[in-house]
Amino acid sequence: MKVHEYQAKSILARYGVAVPRGEVTDHPAEAREIAKRLGGRAVIKAQIHAGGRGKGGGVKVAKNPEEAFELAKAILGMTLITPQTGPGGRVVQKVLVEEALEIDRELYAGITLDRSRALPSVMVSRSGGMEIEEVAAKDPQAIVREAVDPTVGMFPFQARKIAFALGLSDDAFRKGVSFLQALFRAYVETDASLAEINPLLVTKSGDVLALDAKMNFDDNALFRHPDIKEMRDLAEEDPLEVEASKFGLNYIKLDGNVGCMVNGAGLAMATMDLVKLAGGEPANFLDVGGGANEEQVKNAFRIILSDRNVKAVLINIFGGIMRCDVIANGVVAAVREMGLSIPVVARLEGTNVDQGKEILRRSGLKIQAAEGLADAAQKAVGAVR
Amino acid sequence: MSIWVGRETKLLVQGLTGREGTFHALACREYGTKVVAGVTPGKGGTVHEGIPVFDTVAAAVEATGADASMIFVPPPFAADAIAEAADAGVGVIACITEGIPVNDMVRVKAALARARGAAPAPRLIGPNCPGIITPGQCKIGIMPGRIHREGTVGVISRSGTLTYEAVDQLTRLGLGQSTVVGIGGDPVNGTSFIDCLSAFRDDPGTEAVILIGEIGGMAEEEAACWIAGSFGKPVVAFIAGQTAPPGRRMGHAGAIIAGGRGTAADKVKALEAAGVTVVKSPADLGARMKDVLGG
Repeated sequence: MKVHEYQAKSILARYGVAVPRGEVTDHPAEAREIAKRLGGRAVIKAQIHAGGRGKGGGVKVAKNPEEAFELAKAILGMTLITPQTGPGGRVVQKVLVEEALEIDRELYAGITLDRSRALPSVMVSRSGGMEIEEVAAKDPQAIVREAVDPTVGMFPFQARKIAFALGLSDDAFRKGVSFLQALFRAYVETDASLAEINPLLVTKSGDVLALDAKMNFDDNALFRHPDIKEMRDLAEEDPLEVEASKFGLNYIKLDGNVGCMVNGAGLAMATMDLVKLAGGEPANFLDVGGGANEEQVKNAFRIILSDRNVKAVLINIFGGIMRCDVIANGVVAAVREMGLSIPVVARLEGTNVDQGKEILRRSGLKIQAAEGLADAAQKAVGAVR
Repeated sequence: MSIWVGRETKLLVQGLTGREGTFHALACREYGTKVVAGVTPGKGGTVHEGIPVFDTVAAAVEATGADASMIFVPPPFAADAIAEAADAGVGVIACITEGIPVNDMVRVKAALARARGAAPAPRLIGPNCPGIITPGQCKIGIMPGRIHREGTVGVISRSGTLTYEAVDQLTRLGLGQSTVVGIGGDPVNGTSFIDCLSAFRDDPGTEAVILIGEIGGMAEEEAACWIAGSFGKPVVAFIAGQTAPPGRRMGHAGAIIAGGRGTAADKVKALEAAGVTVVKSPADLGARMKDVLGG
């Protein structure tokens, strides 16, 4: 799960990570008051989940409270398009109004899982403001990594190693060490999957702060963080994906026109690949899971059909635990409810396959049967043409 | 021949008395697996479907000599169940549970690493996997047993249903399997491709291997490196997610292209460079294996 910058900063602050003073608002007049409280000068930052906000015009410096009002008014409600939002952009609902700081250096610090070592890894570079992927591509030596065992926590020597690598000294070194330790603790204790501080700011007075903050959280661990779970912003997510998540379905909307309903994540990905290989474009990823019931299948089919780009549906099931008759009944129920105006190709295999096929046949619905993976994909792609 | 599990394996089931645990424990027993015990804290001393239930894994091991475990414990408690099985000296631990927090797995993996040196070293398979099966001998997991057949092809996979596809194709072509291992779709798991490959290399009953990977992480690249240096048996592979967009989790917690790493194209390239036969379509896995084995 993703959260906004202002939410990430509030979480980090709880663990003692230094962040700039600031407040969030959805009203220009309040932005003026916040700027006053901050001493006049302030940075107005659009709060959307996508990065690259500065490039899209979503981050501006106000010289005084009146300008804070004007800028907040312009940014709130705007459709912000950044390299990460896609062409549709995102409507800005909230702005973060923060103190403007005297920048000495901009660095990078991030923590994420090192899968090969099965440990969280702290990554830093001196190129703050640049995407870490870009740094990795241009100058991999510039990134320093330190894997940390969360069961013992970050040793001071590890934090020192990283702070030295960042070229910190004196007061900034001391503050950097405690910043890194606090950041690591926040990452582990909130079950984050990513904590990224870019830029990590060193001020002229030697303070070390998170000028920007991005945190993602492990969905599987949200049950022990109800406060973080509440920070979910549904407006930032695709409506069909939100709808699918209500039924425990794994659905990801894509740009093509062949809808896919599959059981199992690997097979669902492979089905998308098969559609592409047959010359088509998948409209979605959808894994109905191993133990879906008829109701879930029905909703899955309904969600696929409610994507207007979808011109044909490919059902690809290899029933292990999942029974083909459950799939068939769910599909028939969905079609009875919504009608069906586009071709459907079904490839059923595995548990109760004969019953499943029989249910589809008897339903009188125009569902084309396919034998095997390749045949199914070719028929579905052929139906779109 | 086979790896890790066989006719002699004695299985205990953690979470036996739950709906899923019961269903799959019975399916395993029906397949021929020796299901000797169940563990559900608080239900020790009872008998469930003819299987004695114990409060702790240690008690179950002591009373029955169980040397493998199958875990159906809900996600918040699954890491604890893995640690308990390892502590009791269970040799093979297959964790089926999907949705375990990453941090829990990081902690358990660190604990298992510290426990090494004790005999026997625990072999954790999964989590978020279908389990492991040696056809005709022992099924530990949720895979449909009937599609398997005894033979000489080893199968390793990060995906459940895609494994069934591969096995089904092999069986239809008359190619049986030595052992089929689902290593799971999570970013932190117990057994890697290399662990499996290494065991298959040493197994005289395995002639060739099917490897099914997917986007995310570097496990396939690491496997490719290892195959190039030290395998010596033919490998046919498929990588799922060639059309997956970056930055999105494709169902499995571990299936995500992050920071430009973990793409299908990179994995295919690495495997091909290591001499692995990579198929573009999963529909071709069985047929290509037949070609590789000489018809």
